[in-house]
Amino acid sequence: MKLPVLRQDDCGGGGGGDGVPPAAGRGSRRSFLRSTVSVGAGFAALGAAISPLADLDTDKVFAGEDFFREHYKELSSENKAKLFADIEAQIDRQYGVKAIVGDPQPIPEVEFVYALNLSRCIGCRKCVHACVKENNQSRSPEIQYIRVLEIPIGTFDLERGNQYYDTETPKPGYFYMPIQCHQCANPPCTKVCPIEATWQEADGITVIDYDWCIGCRYCQAACPYWARRFNWTDPGIPSSEINPDMAYLSNRPRSRGVMEKCTFCLQRTRKGRMPACLEACPTGSRKFGNILDPNSEVSQILRDKRVFVLKEEVGTNPRFFYYFDELTHRLGEGGEA
Amino acid sequence: MREYLRFLYRCFRMSFVGDWRYKLWMLLLTIVTLLGVNAWCRQFVHGLIATGMTDQVSWGLFIANFTYLVGMAAAAVMLVIPVYVYRNKELHDLVIFGELFAVAAIIMALLFVVVDLGRPDRMQHLFMRFNFPISMLTWDVIVLNVYLLLNLHICGYLIYSRYRKRELGRWFYIPFIFIAIVWAISIHTVTAFLLVGLGGRPFWNAAIIAPRFIASAFSAGPAFIILTLMVIDRFTRFSVPKKAYLTLRNLVLVAMTINVFLLVSEVFTEFYADTAHGASSKYLWIGIHDNTALVPWIWSALGLNLTALLMLYLPITRSRKLLATACVMLIIGIWIEKGLGLIVPAFVPTPVGEIVEYAPTWNEILICTGIWAFGLLIYTIFVRVTIPVLSGQLVADRIFHTTPESPASVAGDMTDRTQEIPS
Repeated sequence: MKLPVLRQDDCGGGGGGDGVPPAAGRGSRRSFLRSTVSVGAGFAALGAAISPLADLDTDKVFAGEDFFREHYKELSSENKAKLFADIEAQIDRQYGVKAIVGDPQPIPEVEFVYALNLSRCIGCRKCVHACVKENNQSRSPEIQYIRVLEIPIGTFDLERGNQYYDTETPKPGYFYMPIQCHQCANPPCTKVCPIEATWQEADGITVIDYDWCIGCRYCQAACPYWARRFNWTDPGIPSSEINPDMAYLSNRPRSRGVMEKCTFCLQRTRKGRMPACLEACPTGSRKFGNILDPNSEVSQILRDKRVFVLKEEVGTNPRFFYYFDELTHRLGEGGEA
Repeated sequence: MREYLRFLYRCFRMSFVGDWRYKLWMLLLTIVTLLGVNAWCRQFVHGLIATGMTDQVSWGLFIANFTYLVGMAAAAVMLVIPVYVYRNKELHDLVIFGELFAVAAIIMALLFVVVDLGRPDRMQHLFMRFNFPISMLTWDVIVLNVYLLLNLHICGYLIYSRYRKRELGRWFYIPFIFIAIVWAISIHTVTAFLLVGLGGRPFWNAAIIAPRFIASAFSAGPAFIILTLMVIDRFTRFSVPKKAYLTLRNLVLVAMTINVFLLVSEVFTEFYADTAHGASSKYLWIGIHDNTALVPWIWSALGLNLTALLMLYLPITRSRKLLATACVMLIIGIWIEKGLGLIVPAFVPTPVGEIVEYAPTWNEILICTGIWAFGLLIYTIFVRVTIPVLSGQLVADRIFHTTPESPASVAGDMTDRTQEIPS
């Protein structure tokens, strides 16, 4: 009686699957059957558990991905061309659109800066819509880079702002404050990324390599301006609305599970055009240009207007400035005061 | 080498052996684990939209469990310090159970990070472009994995040496124990710094978070170990000295007192000054307007923690049942306070002032329970295998001659579990 129990403890013998070990010499067939059945049941359960994987649309999720692909900054021009061709082919397969994926580089001696006139903005959100179209943002679920806050005059408390206003604008007693990526000179988001999937370019634009991002969302937690968006599922964009003029680091369609953000429309601005949000603005509230050029409009605004940045205390040094038109005259500087 | 493989094989076989209670427990854990696997597969196919997270609250239950489990992993050192620094003999043989739990806890913590990723299929990028030392997340990857390896080495070496009936080589064991002590502190500090370093989140951007992390971990960890020891004591032949419980109880008591003190300091700062930076705390403790999802949770946590602390101060917790009750209360209370209550409020309101509440989906909860079940499953197996090795029953090829046991006592040895509440 002792021996079999000890053998069970030894675990060298058969009958591991049940509590009572087979007595020596007796039907190992039964125990064999039993363990076969339990192992089979185990595998069946495991198979059932992983069965949802069968629904995975691999072309949508993994298209053009190479396990050993280099980081964007290490890609040879040859590999880059091949990669971009792969992406174009995938866009064609998925949307039936012949897109051109470009890779415009930062222009030397250029540092982009945005200035937004709070005295003029009427909160019409035309910038938001233009941005969504230009940058191939998901319509369902909705992803927008620009948020417009409707804030009661007399406070600057963002928590009292309403981002979901649905009335005629401008509403008396309120002002409007659009917020998007501030392209910080000291960006907390690029600092935290564990794999350098996001970085600041020479012209000050912070970009993301959508094919490198692992989707940990640490950058989203780090951003003090809530400027980063995550693709919680595959983006939904109607084929007819795809903007075929794309760049690798900006408005090409993203895959699910990665971050995205405003890139100051680098596919346009690095080619000398203005960002889509600026072009759409009916009031001229939005100004964009090169801060290193003293004659640019933004340089002039920063010199002459009352300018401020949002959350100066977090030390991010944004390249996105807000300003007012009216100059309150100070004592001794003319005017009626 | 062959001997080692044979050892692993025997451990593997051993994990299937036990009485009906052991098997039921293991079956239950396996089922819950598989449900979790199923839920994760669904999440992998549809994306993280299967969770309750949003762009507003972009970290939820997964990261909450992660931070909590990093804390639990420290349980090990709380046993190690008394034994190796203060030469406490009662705990000597129990250290291994703490170390084993550290292994299980770190594995769970790492799994929680993996399931939180939008693109887990790209994890290899960590090896190709590692933003070290700038990103705190890379620090965390390093300290957690090294801590896992340290504990695997300590446990594996100890158990295998006992199995082969070999003396422990001093240089293969003791130095690692001391490194692991320092390392355990580092895993908390780094994980806390992960959050503390974010200037845009005032709720986290406070120096007190890291010390609070350590204090709460040093109470929840040993509380869990107390429960484990009770289970081992009851269901196996391995007997735990009474004094061990009292030592651990004192550790929990001190750590928890410090934790509550730090909590009070934090709450005072936020509420008395009443600045705009306190918005997240306000959301957590009293709610903002009608948004009060976390309020009942945090007050229950406070109630559980304070009651447990009071019980620990009173002599009544010399009774095993009440000590177990207090430990369970602490484990739940700290889970709420340090998991849910630490992660979620930092996102409410958002940096641009929007208030969106977070509620996990069932799929998300199933993934969480799945990971917990898996962790308990491997911990049960670790303990299941360790006990016969420690008691000299499972040794290299000498089973038949060395331990002539009565069948009853051996059978008793085959039933150990790590339930949260021993009956």
